[in-house]
Amino acid sequence: MKIPKIPLSDWVDALLDWMQSHLGFLFSLISGIVEPIVAFFQGIFSILPPIVTIVLIALYSWWLARWRMGLFSLFGLLLIDHLGYWKESVETISFVLTSALISILIGIPLGIWLGRNRTGHKVVSPLLNLMQTIPAFVYLIPAVFFFSLGTVSGIIASVIFSMPPTIRMTSLGLRQVPKELLEVADAFGSTPAQKLWKIEIPVARPTIMAGINQTLMLSLSMVIIASIIGTGGLGERVLQSLTDLQVGKGFEAGLAIVIIAVIFKRLAQSVAKKDR
Amino acid sequence: MPKIEVKHVTKIFGTSTKSALKLLHEGESKEVIKRKTNASIGVNRVSFDVESGEFFVIVGLSESGKSTLLRLLNRLIPPTEGEILIDGKDVVQMSPEQLREVRQKKMSMVFQKFALLPYRTVLENVAFGLEVMGVEKAERKKKATACLEMVDLEQLADRFPEQLSDDMQQRVGMARALANDPDVLLMDEPFSAFDPLVRKDLQDELMELQRRLRKTIVFTTQDLEEALRLGDRIAVMKDGEMVQIGTAEEILNRPVNEYVEQFVKDVNRSKILTAGAVMTKGERAVIGRDGSRQVLKKMRERRIPTLLVTDRDHQLIGFITIDGINKALLQGIPWEKMIIREVVRVKRETSISEILSLLQKNNPLHPIVVTDERGQLLGMVERGSVLAALTGNGGNTS
Repeated sequence: MKIPKIPLSDWVDALLDWMQSHLGFLFSLISGIVEPIVAFFQGIFSILPPIVTIVLIALYSWWLARWRMGLFSLFGLLLIDHLGYWKESVETISFVLTSALISILIGIPLGIWLGRNRTGHKVVSPLLNLMQTIPAFVYLIPAVFFFSLGTVSGIIASVIFSMPPTIRMTSLGLRQVPKELLEVADAFGSTPAQKLWKIEIPVARPTIMAGINQTLMLSLSMVIIASIIGTGGLGERVLQSLTDLQVGKGFEAGLAIVIIAVIFKRLAQSVAKKDR
Repeated sequence: MPKIEVKHVTKIFGTSTKSALKLLHEGESKEVIKRKTNASIGVNRVSFDVESGEFFVIVGLSESGKSTLLRLLNRLIPPTEGEILIDGKDVVQMSPEQLREVRQKKMSMVFQKFALLPYRTVLENVAFGLEVMGVEKAERKKKATACLEMVDLEQLADRFPEQLSDDMQQRVGMARALANDPDVLLMDEPFSAFDPLVRKDLQDELMELQRRLRKTIVFTTQDLEEALRLGDRIAVMKDGEMVQIGTAEEILNRPVNEYVEQFVKDVNRSKILTAGAVMTKGERAVIGRDGSRQVLKKMRERRIPTLLVTDRDHQLIGFITIDGINKALLQGIPWEKMIIREVVRVKRETSISEILSLLQKNNPLHPIVVTDERGQLLGMVERGSVLAALTGNGGNTS
């Protein structure tokens, strides 16, 4: 007896069709929000000549972390500029910042809600596992479907892939707030909002920052994958060298990504420390 | 009106609290209720009053329900039944807004594990309650600094809690609780984390604060000596019930049942009992009122070798012995000339252990006199009543 194949792919396709025809306004709204954010970040990094921007970033990381970090930023970014990858790097940085910003804006409130809601936690937790385990490539398809080729669909895919750590760590951080500190909030007559802002978030802050750091790294890892669907930047250069079999070029672009990743990671960690 | 009135308050933990409550009212035991409903009884039909300015200590072993009871007072834990009145208003029935107002202005809390906020400086920690109340920043800083001065920590205002020793942290906790100037202080085993010496220092500091501020304090502890030392009145808790409420002397000398008796058995009474507990009224002669013959008559009637002497305002002058009065009569001089003015004075709070050492040095015929801070006669301490109190028989309760 032949068991008929479950038409899972048909169902998914049907769902996407339905979403495309009925939720079109939603997708153009999202595009309308995401595009200006990317443009904004790109604008910031392009207003001044690259050298000045690089020096400013180096000074900022010196102030935020240590002089060694400042020096690393300075020479790392100068090297990128020297090799001719500055424009692509700006695109990549804007991509990562935008995707991280959206992840944070959605992820932290969601994490706070999950931190207080046991049922919600039980329902959403497997969903988060799923979001993180499904290969990142799979997100590209619906993203293209709804947002067509380009940076926006890359960012959407990146947000889906990189948001879970922020949600998870926010919720974890909130659930780890010691019971006696919550009692302090109540015993002194805090409103729920005061409790959240004056106790829960500050206590959970290091954990939340660790989540944001992971989100940054994950969205950086999406840079190359997203280049398949037309997201520009360093990823595109890597992809190009892959198709042209130019190992040297690929190495250069890859090195640029590593330098940017190190700077991102260190700066995010320093921000977390500086808050304490 | 008492500051706090607790009426018939019960707290049951678990899911089926209603049926558990019903069983409790039907007279079932805790064990049976636990087996039938899987609910456990934290506090079992407790009633008591605390007067304004009173230092009320709840003492009991762990799991006796004292911490739960304390948290019922500010409704950190809502009771299953009963009334809790603060200034006549029932906390249990309050809306969230009313409750917040009471917690902000009327009562605050000191915690066993200090519970300071690690990301805030000492000053910001102390100002927390004021911040919640919406007091503006400059005012907050002024008040918080004043509170830090009360616990002698103003020079550490900008440190973080982790940079402070444990006892300093707990003093910050006390300053934080005082910052809103609440009427009621709830203190949840605040000194249990400390070794005996530090604990005694903290107790002294708290007593000194209490002398100045006259808050209504509800304090929990596992340490009976601490309870007896601090409390105006003490409540002994066991298995969620209040077994006995009374002054230190009542608890020590008249335990209501075997449990309390066992509980107080090992207490070093000489440190706990005070002059106030063992003093007797002390017969006196009044200068300028009583004549020699009257004085002699008083001593003969009561068969006592000495008589205390005061002026008409109860101010202690000294004492007179039977030999002295006889001599005065024989020589025909006024008895006032024979008054011995060197007299050992103690305060009401002086501990029996100190009195014992005084008794050793003192002439056995000379009295030890209890006076208040203005020198007014309160009573006298006799060797016999001290010994009786130490062995646990008698001693009066004043």
